Amino acid sequence: MLTILFDGIAYGMLLFILAVGLAVTMGLMNFINLAHGAFAMAGGYITVLLMQRLDVPFLWCLPLAFAGAGLLGAVLERTLYRPLYHKPHLDQVLFSIGLAFMAVAATDYFMGSTQQIIQLPEFLRGRTELGTGDWTLGMGHYRLFIIAVCAALTVGLQYVLARTRFGSRLRASVDDQRVAAGLGINVNVVFLSTFAFGSGLAGLGGALGAEVLGLDPTFPLKFIIYFLVVVAVGGTSSITGPLLAALMLGIADVAGKYYIPKLGAFIVYSLMILILIWRPQGLFVRNGGKA
Amino acid sequence: MSLAGSPDDNVLSARGLVKRFGGITATSNVTLHLKKGARHALIGPNGAGKTTLINLLTGVLQPTEGQIALEGRDVTRLPPHRRVRRGMVRTFQINQLFDGLTPLETLALTVSQHRGLGAGWWRPLGAHRAVAERCDQLLEQFHLTSVKDQTTRVLAYGKRRLLEIAIALACEPRVLLLDEPVAGVPAADSREILDILAALPDDVAVLLIEHDMDLVFRFARRVSVLVYGELLVEGDAEAIARDPTVKAVYLGEEARG
Amino acid sequence: MTSASPAQRSLLAARRWRAWEPLLWLAAFAAPLLLPSHALIVNEIAIVALFAVSLDLVLGYTGIVSLGHAAFFGMGAYSAALFAKYVMPDPLVGLAVGIAAATVLGALFSVTIQRGSDLTRLMVTLGAALILLELANKLDWLTGGADGLQGVIMGPLLGRFEFGLSGRTAAWYSLTVLLVLFFLARRLVESPLGATFKAIRDNRLRAMAIGIPVGSRLAVSYTLAAGLAGAAGALLAQTTGFASLDLFEFHRSADVMLMLVVGGTGWLYGGVAGAVVFKLMQDALSAMTPQYWTFWLGLFLVVLVLVGRDRLIRPWTWFGKGRRP
Repeated sequence: MLTILFDGIAYGMLLFILAVGLAVTMGLMNFINLAHGAFAMAGGYITVLLMQRLDVPFLWCLPLAFAGAGLLGAVLERTLYRPLYHKPHLDQVLFSIGLAFMAVAATDYFMGSTQQIIQLPEFLRGRTELGTGDWTLGMGHYRLFIIAVCAALTVGLQYVLARTRFGSRLRASVDDQRVAAGLGINVNVVFLSTFAFGSGLAGLGGALGAEVLGLDPTFPLKFIIYFLVVVAVGGTSSITGPLLAALMLGIADVAGKYYIPKLGAFIVYSLMILILIWRPQGLFVRNGGKA
Repeated sequence: MSLAGSPDDNVLSARGLVKRFGGITATSNVTLHLKKGARHALIGPNGAGKTTLINLLTGVLQPTEGQIALEGRDVTRLPPHRRVRRGMVRTFQINQLFDGLTPLETLALTVSQHRGLGAGWWRPLGAHRAVAERCDQLLEQFHLTSVKDQTTRVLAYGKRRLLEIAIALACEPRVLLLDEPVAGVPAADSREILDILAALPDDVAVLLIEHDMDLVFRFARRVSVLVYGELLVEGDAEAIARDPTVKAVYLGEEARG
Repeated sequence: MTSASPAQRSLLAARRWRAWEPLLWLAAFAAPLLLPSHALIVNEIAIVALFAVSLDLVLGYTGIVSLGHAAFFGMGAYSAALFAKYVMPDPLVGLAVGIAAATVLGALFSVTIQRGSDLTRLMVTLGAALILLELANKLDWLTGGADGLQGVIMGPLLGRFEFGLSGRTAAWYSLTVLLVLFFLARRLVESPLGATFKAIRDNRLRAMAIGIPVGSRLAVSYTLAAGLAGAAGALLAQTTGFASLDLFEFHRSADVMLMLVVGGTGWLYGGVAGAVVFKLMQDALSAMTPQYWTFWLGLFLVVLVLVGRDRLIRPWTWFGKGRRP
């Protein structure tokens, strides 16, 4: 049981890193980006290519995946996304679905449709077991690694948001874009860097998660629903909200699939719908923030 | 169910309204009474909470404390669309129109809804003659007849503002809350609006939020002054015009700004 | 007798049937006769057109962004299929059952779409479809699971017309149902109720401020649209003799949304036009590998949004700015 909890936490933290960019984009630009998973996929495939073609060690691939996906995000934000911020949500949905389709098809064409295998370095394979019997905690080393990296990133994100000037500019822009611009905050730069950073994180998450979640061209469409659940339930006005939502989702999914395999995903979706009926703005919304 | 002690001829009674958002008190102990046929203005510097008050009265926001009564019946917990059916109608400072519909369709649907025909699904929108004739009247009154078949999206600002108010009148209000009706309207068109305001039916109680002092003192008989969410003073229009504290509030604004 | 009011004249004029409409329907009904080898695709187009019209009701006329409309399509299909297989094979009764089941489901789910933002609505509608997909998958003793529900044999229509291999009866059946429901939908959108839907779509805040009970109207629109989608699903199951899990899948909801967008939202014929274009294109391009179809579809969507949806049908606005906002 503890192992399930552990696996669920690892899964949840991974989901958080993957989805946090989407949460901030939604809160900041009020833009529904269903192509977010494509940036994660990009990070995953960058890692695969670097490792297989150029023999780059796994650990080095992670920051490179972040950078690659972030750069892609920056370019797309400036060229394609920016003109669409004020369009109705339906248009944004259609646009991002279109991008996702293009990403899926192009990846399928260039890389084939089979799942990609990542060879983890030696020290990340293996498992440590603590405790005995029912209370055994089996910690896969890779999952431990994931938790550590994601926890460090989360702390870093909180710090940036709460303690740096960029963080306060970001929070001001999320609260009220017009007022922030009136205060001299360069909203365009904030948007661009935030979108790029969020995409970069997604790429990093894709690289980290390739081994755990599976990497193939259908990744963006398979996982976008999970990202959206994290954002919808966690709300877009903080990062602790999506963090908690992601952990809940991770644990619920792992536990559900283990204990009640017949109904696994069904429980997750139903829970989500019930939560959203009860609290349409998400479970963890800051009072006084923009809805 | 009427509130204890409320006079019979108040169509709108708000008592002790308080609205807190987290740590901020946007509205503090505001009391307002409107009699039938009232011409009452609400003035105050920017950020004083005038629109918040309107949102409280119409039910878009729930008050933290206080009660609101319409014609003696408590409506504090009533949802916004129900208050409209009881006769409390508002206009918006920024035009809130149905861009995809024509002015005629907009008014027809409003009148139909108001007369209980809004759920009819078989007969077309134009089938009821009484509704159509009321629309003719309103279009005429608000000088919209020439544009009645154009999509609202393409109308000039002045016409849009007229439509904004026409929609409210189509609901046959007993209490009309006007939020800065001439905001942003060029001088020529604002005269049109002023004439229409002057010609409002005598039995409708009107609460006017305005910045334009000429309009306020030409139109209103009673004035309330709102500052930082609190009622500074309330009285007859002439008395308020001469009141030194009111002047200080506005002049103080200018000196700082 | 006094003359009609100008307002009444304008309102009633807007809803007259245009000259080309009867011709269009005539052509549609003649198609299975004149192009007998294409009767099957005519049937498919009619079904998909009905599905698109049902989405138009919620999306184009009421402004509800729904990514899970396939839930009702699939519900109608499986209900009609199960009814034919286990109770009685009469098509019209089965159609009624399919519509009823989808309508009940719609009413149930309409509770979820009343509050919250567009994102919330997107999520709950998507979730609804995925839940049904899961359910259909897990209840495989009933639905046939991943293999689908097979062997649905329909009885003769109205006791006389057999569903033959040619597909002509099927095509005329679907076209008739489409016409009847289209006509009803048309009365609805031109009525005061339909006008309140449009008001909610254009400005929910103002709709509330003129006394429209927004929540319950959203529910009504969603429920009615669910019923129409269920009819389309029932027709599909009945005319193909088969119901499968992919009816609930995301790409069905996305495809129908795309069709509607291509044909134009807020205009009942938009669904029909979009369905025709989409189906014909899909048929023509299906020779290409599936990857190409998805890519070009995606590119089309991206370009469509960047150019502006309402400019698509007015090619002279494609180049140069200066559109009146």
